[in-house]
Amino acid sequence: MTTVDEPATDPLFAPADSLLRFATAGAVDDGKSTLIGRLLHDSRSLLADQLEQLELASKERGDEQLDLAMLTDGLRAEREQGITIDVAHRYFETARRAFIIADTPGHAQYTRNMVTGASTADLAIVLVDARNGLTEQSRRHAVLAGLLRVPQLVLAVNKMDLVGHDESVFRGITEEFAAFTERLRLRSVTPIPISALNGDNVVHRSAAMPWYEGPSLLEHLETVEVADEGSTADFRLPVQYAIRAPERDYRGYAGQIAGGSIAPGEEVLHLPSGMRTRVTAVDTADGELERGRAPQSVTLRLADDIDVGRGDVLCAPDRPATAAEELTASVCWMSPRSELAAGARLVLKHTTRSVKAEVTEVRERLDVTTLERGPADRLGLNDIGEIGLRLARPVFCDPYAANRFTGGAVLIDESTHATVGAVLITEAR
Amino acid sequence: MQLSRLDVLESEALHLIREVAAEFDRPALLFSGGKDSAVLLKLAEKAFAPAPIPFPVLHVDTGHNFEEVLEFRDRRATELGVRLVVASVQDSIDAGRATEAEGQVSRNRLQTVTLLDAIAEHRFDALFGGARRDEERARAKERMLSFRDSFGQWDPRNQRPELWNLYNGMIHPGENVRAFPLSNWTERDVWTYIDRERVELPSLYFAHNRKVFERDGMLLADNPFLPRDPEEQLVERSVRFRTVGDMTCTGAVPSEATTVAEVIAEIAATKVTERGQTRADDRASAAAMEDRKREGYF
Repeated sequence: MTTVDEPATDPLFAPADSLLRFATAGAVDDGKSTLIGRLLHDSRSLLADQLEQLELASKERGDEQLDLAMLTDGLRAEREQGITIDVAHRYFETARRAFIIADTPGHAQYTRNMVTGASTADLAIVLVDARNGLTEQSRRHAVLAGLLRVPQLVLAVNKMDLVGHDESVFRGITEEFAAFTERLRLRSVTPIPISALNGDNVVHRSAAMPWYEGPSLLEHLETVEVADEGSTADFRLPVQYAIRAPERDYRGYAGQIAGGSIAPGEEVLHLPSGMRTRVTAVDTADGELERGRAPQSVTLRLADDIDVGRGDVLCAPDRPATAAEELTASVCWMSPRSELAAGARLVLKHTTRSVKAEVTEVRERLDVTTLERGPADRLGLNDIGEIGLRLARPVFCDPYAANRFTGGAVLIDESTHATVGAVLITEAR
Repeated sequence: MQLSRLDVLESEALHLIREVAAEFDRPALLFSGGKDSAVLLKLAEKAFAPAPIPFPVLHVDTGHNFEEVLEFRDRRATELGVRLVVASVQDSIDAGRATEAEGQVSRNRLQTVTLLDAIAEHRFDALFGGARRDEERARAKERMLSFRDSFGQWDPRNQRPELWNLYNGMIHPGENVRAFPLSNWTERDVWTYIDRERVELPSLYFAHNRKVFERDGMLLADNPFLPRDPEEQLVERSVRFRTVGDMTCTGAVPSEATTVAEVIAEIAATKVTERGQTRADDRASAAAMEDRKREGYF
């Protein structure tokens, strides 16, 4: 066990400057909480009072060993019932990188939490118990990561200690996974054999599995290249807020760049008007930028006096967003209270614009464990399916495959105001 | 070119601040004078520059304040030209809305009544807070835009899924939201940002000589609100505070750090979390924060 008396590992004045957001999904028995606890513990991200609380709590439950899983079980109900309810966020850093973990429960009834956690993740860890091989759950996690287009995936084959650290077990699971995910268009899969309980290949490489020559999980997380795809996409700035300072004759349009980049002098197309204008400045409170890029929050000044407001978009004139009043989309239904069926009226919130939407049809449901698409006319809680939507006003969007931020939207129930659906646009007209 | 982590976090915070300002009628920013709220105020300033911050600043005043914090609060509000609303816990007590329990000196818990009253009186529908998810286990599960029912309560089992950078801010009259732009910041991030942006802080955050006494392993400032036991001797030490709250439950740490860089150096070497070290209110039980949040605490 690492003691806390040793000095902090990370060099003080060179804090890790890059950030990786990753999502984990797993059920109680997969050892997911143990894995995260192990990462925090072995990377020495825990402080003395956290360790002390952990030791006390582990003893209270009669555990001899530190129950690392308890580090991540945040809410009282979760501790009492030994389950994980919601998305929990964890933070740690090493000398190389800072990490934000979106830690989500793995059961089917928490699909919506997994979708939420995966929506902003650069990487997802799919955890598999080496004894059981691919289960319905691990298939679901892989499918969700693929659907949400998480750029990197790690297949962590856990509990290798319980299968005698046997390489053939690991290979078998890796091959089965590759066969299953062939259709998912996953961009990059890295399989790693681990034992979260003993710490094998989590932070340190394991002597117990000499046949494995790849990196430990943490080494991989520290070094994996995260494609900077936001800034290579076509330029999109959904307008959030018009900033006016009349006494300085200042008018600018603030927003977070949702794709691509923009520099002074470049032309932009304004939607809904369809007018073109030139950007005269890319402002921040610290001064003008030579070039602003996703995901920066900036304020653009424009050469022409056109009527721009919240919910509009400024975009690349030669590759503009689609102004769409009809959408075909994958949807993950998140409401425990109602089902989604044709005729439903909801609010669609897309970038900085909210519009009324009617569900024109429910086409099919995806079986996320077999990848089969079957006919369906309604979707229940945690179902994923394909639907058609008709909008009262256009949204300015892209297919989700091209841009996660201008291709994603949520559905909101008009009376309860609950967020009831996650929408991934496939076609816009 | 990848953005640095602070740039990514800043960008995310500015986005949320602008979303709330755009979608809510009567937002306000909770300002305690602490370092997180100083950073929050800086971000609000940046989000609308060169225009002024378009919402008021709300201070829930426990009456157990450090002088330095009040001076700092008033000066920053004047400098930024924002309206300062002070809601006083003493007023709540005087009006019989809040009762100090026998033997209970800290007013942290009473702040909830005052806060909810201020929300009702000023009809605030969104409050910005400087809470971070790395502070505490219940906070780790809270959304960046966190819905509160008409009693101000947080229901951890019934939170709105938060996807991409979309925040569902639809509410009925009487309901409100809390917005936490610093959700994804760590204590280190906050200090690094303070350093980078030259964010001004109350002098309490830097080493100074002060009369303190030890209780439950914490150094508490000598103050008129907290009776001392005879064996609790006052000693003068060089200390600084890691958090700033009610004087009666906010502990100091021995320190020689007089600059931001020196503070960061001490933090990097520290072995105890911020709240564990210096907040008596969170030590009460593992679920202390969760319980207070459910009732409507920040």
